[in-house]
Amino acid sequence: MSQAQQIAPPAPPRVWHMYRSMVGVGLLCGLLIVTVFQVTKPVIERNKAEALQRAIFQVLPEARSSTTYRLNGDGRFEVLQGEGAGEQLVYAGYDEQEELVGLAIEAQGMGYQDVIRVLYGYSFDEDGIVGIRVLESKETPGLGDKIETDADFLENFVRLDVALTDDLSAILHPIEPVKPGEKEHPWQIDTITGATISSKAIANILRDSSAYWVPRIRRNLDDFRTAG
Amino acid sequence: MPASIASKDKPTTDEFIKGLWRENPVFVQVLGMCPVLAVSNTARNALAMGLATMFVLLMSNIVISSLRRFIPKQVRIATYILVIATFVTVVDYVIQAISLDLHKALGAFIALIVVNCLILGRAEAFASKNTVGRAILDGLGMGVGFTFALLCLGAVREILGNGALFGFQLFHDEFQDWVVMILPGGGFFTLAAWLLVFNWMKKRKERLDKLGVAAREVA
Repeated sequence: MSQAQQIAPPAPPRVWHMYRSMVGVGLLCGLLIVTVFQVTKPVIERNKAEALQRAIFQVLPEARSSTTYRLNGDGRFEVLQGEGAGEQLVYAGYDEQEELVGLAIEAQGMGYQDVIRVLYGYSFDEDGIVGIRVLESKETPGLGDKIETDADFLENFVRLDVALTDDLSAILHPIEPVKPGEKEHPWQIDTITGATISSKAIANILRDSSAYWVPRIRRNLDDFRTAG
Repeated sequence: MPASIASKDKPTTDEFIKGLWRENPVFVQVLGMCPVLAVSNTARNALAMGLATMFVLLMSNIVISSLRRFIPKQVRIATYILVIATFVTVVDYVIQAISLDLHKALGAFIALIVVNCLILGRAEAFASKNTVGRAILDGLGMGVGFTFALLCLGAVREILGNGALFGFQLFHDEFQDWVVMILPGGGFFTLAAWLLVFNWMKKRKERLDKLGVAAREVA
């Protein structure tokens, strides 16, 4: 600020000038944001769809195509028509012969820092979880984010047992986290040293989600086979 | 800034150069520390954050400099923030369109560019008092300086913390990652080390200049 301005009191502002400045700039800014939003929206949506598609094929390595199903009010699955916002969705994967190989299911739960969102693949042949991919996490870099990179930890999900009881009502052995290297049964998850809370969180997310979805899916297996 | 330079209307290369080195936003002015420390954990994040900030800085400098005669002093800060916030929103959508992974990595810090004191500082101290040409050079210079500084931090932290640079592994598998370097603490250590280097170089230059003056006087 120059010295002349400090000594002489500034002339009282014209209210019109202030309105012109604020409203004018506000309108221009609004217009710019709306334009950019409209231009980038289809690209962003395509990116999101592609990211989901990639994740589905990662957790179901044998799948070559996928179809989205929604859980309807009667507890049955039907092919999703249109937007899936607010619906309970699962993604069925089919191999080259159009045979159903498994389902990709999204699940989320509290991690160490914030909510962790994962997508996991449930295979009918293996009757277990055959792949997992973290979609969203804010776990500590270098420690908690080992749940995405640690080879020994990811080894847990080559075949994680979620077989059901005989009447298909519940999981026979719910998934449980154990101390690193103490895994004895196929339904246990070896946690990671230095990322105990994050890896336990993954185990809890999978336990809760599989307890909800697997019985429902097994009871309505025909829903997927017929529509595929 | 010397009054003789500020009074000239013609853009000079000095406006560009000063942001790179003499008035570097991070190493000399120590501005905008929040993104500097938070997203400099890898070189890629650092580069993206630097470029995003540079874009916002450049565009807001241009707009504010063009409108400087229309903005009454009483509402100038509100108007500046409005302009800056608009361009930050634009950057946010553009980054999402370019890469969702990058958007995920930068997270909340894109939105926080709005309150990066470097941008509001240049708007208030420079763009609102200078022609568009000079404001563009100033914005570019400060933006490049900021990006350079972020890269300095990001590269060191990624090399030591992950044994990689821009995602390429540099060392043999047996390299033990310094996990602390990619945690928040590592940001402070690295920044301190860089500030040490820059201050040492500044002191050395001053000493040499003094010696040069003395030598001329003797001659």
